[in-house]
Amino acid sequence: MTVRIGVVVFPGSNCDRDTVHALVQAGAEPVELWHEEASLGGVAAVVLPGGFAYGDYLRAGVIARFSPVMRSVAQFAADGGLVLGICNGFQVLAEAGLVPGALLRNRDVRFLGREVSISAERLDTPFTHALDGAGPLRMPIAHGEGCYFADAATLDALEADGGVLFRYVDEAGNRAAEDDRAANPNGSLRAIAGVINAVGNVAGLMPHPERASEAILGSDDGAGIVRSLVESAAKAVGERRVTVALR
Amino acid sequence: MSTHRYAVNVTPKPGILDPQGRAVEGSLDHLGISGVSGVRVGRRVELTVDAADETAARAIVERLAGELLANPLIEAFAIESIAGASSRTAAPDTAPPATAGERPA
Repeated sequence: MTVRIGVVVFPGSNCDRDTVHALVQAGAEPVELWHEEASLGGVAAVVLPGGFAYGDYLRAGVIARFSPVMRSVAQFAADGGLVLGICNGFQVLAEAGLVPGALLRNRDVRFLGREVSISAERLDTPFTHALDGAGPLRMPIAHGEGCYFADAATLDALEADGGVLFRYVDEAGNRAAEDDRAANPNGSLRAIAGVINAVGNVAGLMPHPERASEAILGSDDGAGIVRSLVESAAKAVGERRVTVALR
Repeated sequence: MSTHRYAVNVTPKPGILDPQGRAVEGSLDHLGISGVSGVRVGRRVELTVDAADETAARAIVERLAGELLANPLIEAFAIESIAGASSRTAAPDTAPPATAGERPA
């Protein structure tokens, strides 16, 4: 049975259909979840896609945070459900406090639409286990507010506890310096491109794996992230079923 | 019920990189202005609150500012009472248009 994965659609989401497509490619059955609906329809995982939810007014992601669907997503996450935020979805997760940190305006104040290289810092998570860990992953970024920020203590804790999931790297695959405008174009602290929460069920990243999920798109390096999520969601459903059966 | 008008000034916390402020500062040369530093760009939100009294009104604004208007990780806020609506009868429909700083993309 194919696993059902929710893709939240906010007013202003613009990567929802790409995400749906990538999920189908990975063998899942995507379910679009409208922002005004509180029901998640029993999906096994939720993706918050990229875009400009609610026009990104006030701060990117903040108004989306208070939408009916996000209250359900927060509860779903608290219950251990898998949630992946991509780009604007990452900003929403950060504003909601579901992952640590904040996304600031890019260092050079400009919107950036270009390809970057990132490394997966962990291969043992529900979002990365299907990656082979060989070399950097090439995928696009497209954002105005992608400069990852957290205070020094939070950053140290993230590093120590495995909270850094993806990092911007240079072409040789080495961690990008904070002032390396080519490899870390938005100026993210410690070159952090994606993080995962302490429990390990909620993750966000600024680059777009769904836009790099087929060779025809120029890179299929993102497909492993989508596939990881789909496999993990299928496994979660299986475990839930076993639990129910044991009762 | 009483009506109160407030401005919430949201600014990047000290130590937070403010690329907008830096860009503004960088433009000063073009105007032939020198001696200006420490430019920080924030946001001002003006709003009208109807509440039982001023204490209740301020509590609402405090909550709104802390939960929505400012992200406490990166921004500080200051609330000021502004003239124009501290009347006993509510008639705040002359509120100035909101200047929501629309950002491109």
